[in-house]
Amino acid sequence: MVFKLFILFAKIGAFSIGGGYAMLPFIQREVIEKNHWMTFQEFSDILAISQMTPGPIAVNSATFVGYKLAGIWGSIFATLGVVLPSFLMIILIASFFAKVYEKELVKKAFMGIRPAIVGLIAFSAYGITKTNVIDFKSSAIFILGFSSLFIKKMDPIYVIIISAIIGIIVY
Amino acid sequence: MIFQLFKVFAKIGAFTLGGGYAMVPLIQSEVVDKKQWIEKDEFVDILAVAQSTPGALAINMASFIGYRKKGILGAVSATLGCILPSFLSILFIAMFFVRFMDREIVKKAFMGIRPAVAALIAFSVFKIAKTSRIKSVWYLVSVGAFAAVGFLKLDPIFVILISAFTGIIFAKRGE
Repeated sequence: MVFKLFILFAKIGAFSIGGGYAMLPFIQREVIEKNHWMTFQEFSDILAISQMTPGPIAVNSATFVGYKLAGIWGSIFATLGVVLPSFLMIILIASFFAKVYEKELVKKAFMGIRPAIVGLIAFSAYGITKTNVIDFKSSAIFILGFSSLFIKKMDPIYVIIISAIIGIIVY
Repeated sequence: MIFQLFKVFAKIGAFTLGGGYAMVPLIQSEVVDKKQWIEKDEFVDILAVAQSTPGALAINMASFIGYRKKGILGAVSATLGCILPSFLSILFIAMFFVRFMDREIVKKAFMGIRPAVAALIAFSVFKIAKTSRIKSVWYLVSVGAFAAVGFLKLDPIFVILISAFTGIIFAKRGE
């Protein structure tokens, strides 16, 4: 299990370009749909906690998912797994091809990758909205949260804290 | 120096909530302004590379800056420093806080948090679309990627690889 977690999160680390929520589509497929290790709702609670604790969201959720599935060792291996691919890549770039990233081919590839990431995260957003927005109250919180992010440019942490307070009051 | 790298990045890792871009100004003030390990121009280059490599932005920057200063050992200690605070805090929460998840008040709070998380992710789609400055025609790739994972149930890894090839084939020079 520990080894499986390492491989899985190394895969996620290698392909989640754009950081943070870019890992969602992979978690959704591997952890939730294929292996049924947790539900969408459980994972979205982990995301909320990851957003409120210091550090990158991808690493935080790897640590949390790892711990939930296989204890301390699970959290260590999931965290190392998610970090390793980019670590190796950065070392390679820093030592050999510092200029590779300027190359035309890489730029062109990113012209395709960037919009694809948008589509992939949009699909995860759709899935999480379907699980978490289920009635009038949750729809109201969703709309309130979205508009405070969009119009007020509110910090995500405040959005979570305010929604938690609203939840305690209305449910 | 190796220990210095660990310490500075542990500080950065411990005090930035929200992850990713929230960490960039702090890294800059520590590494460029205070410690003067890196020149400002070089910092911008490192940021560009860190953005276009997979993985978490802050960690990528830690690895790069650590490597620049002290080779592999520097990279390892900066990266571990950056991860350690969040690793420990998450571990602490996972071990102890989870016990309170059954309490009525925590349950209610999460009932409120769940739709907010959905809103956060929905919003991040807009934000990523905006920051990656995608030209209108290329949104077809977004639609294609959505359909590929949504209806065809393709592996997202496969979708990324196909879209990279699409970019290589269809993007024009200097676009």
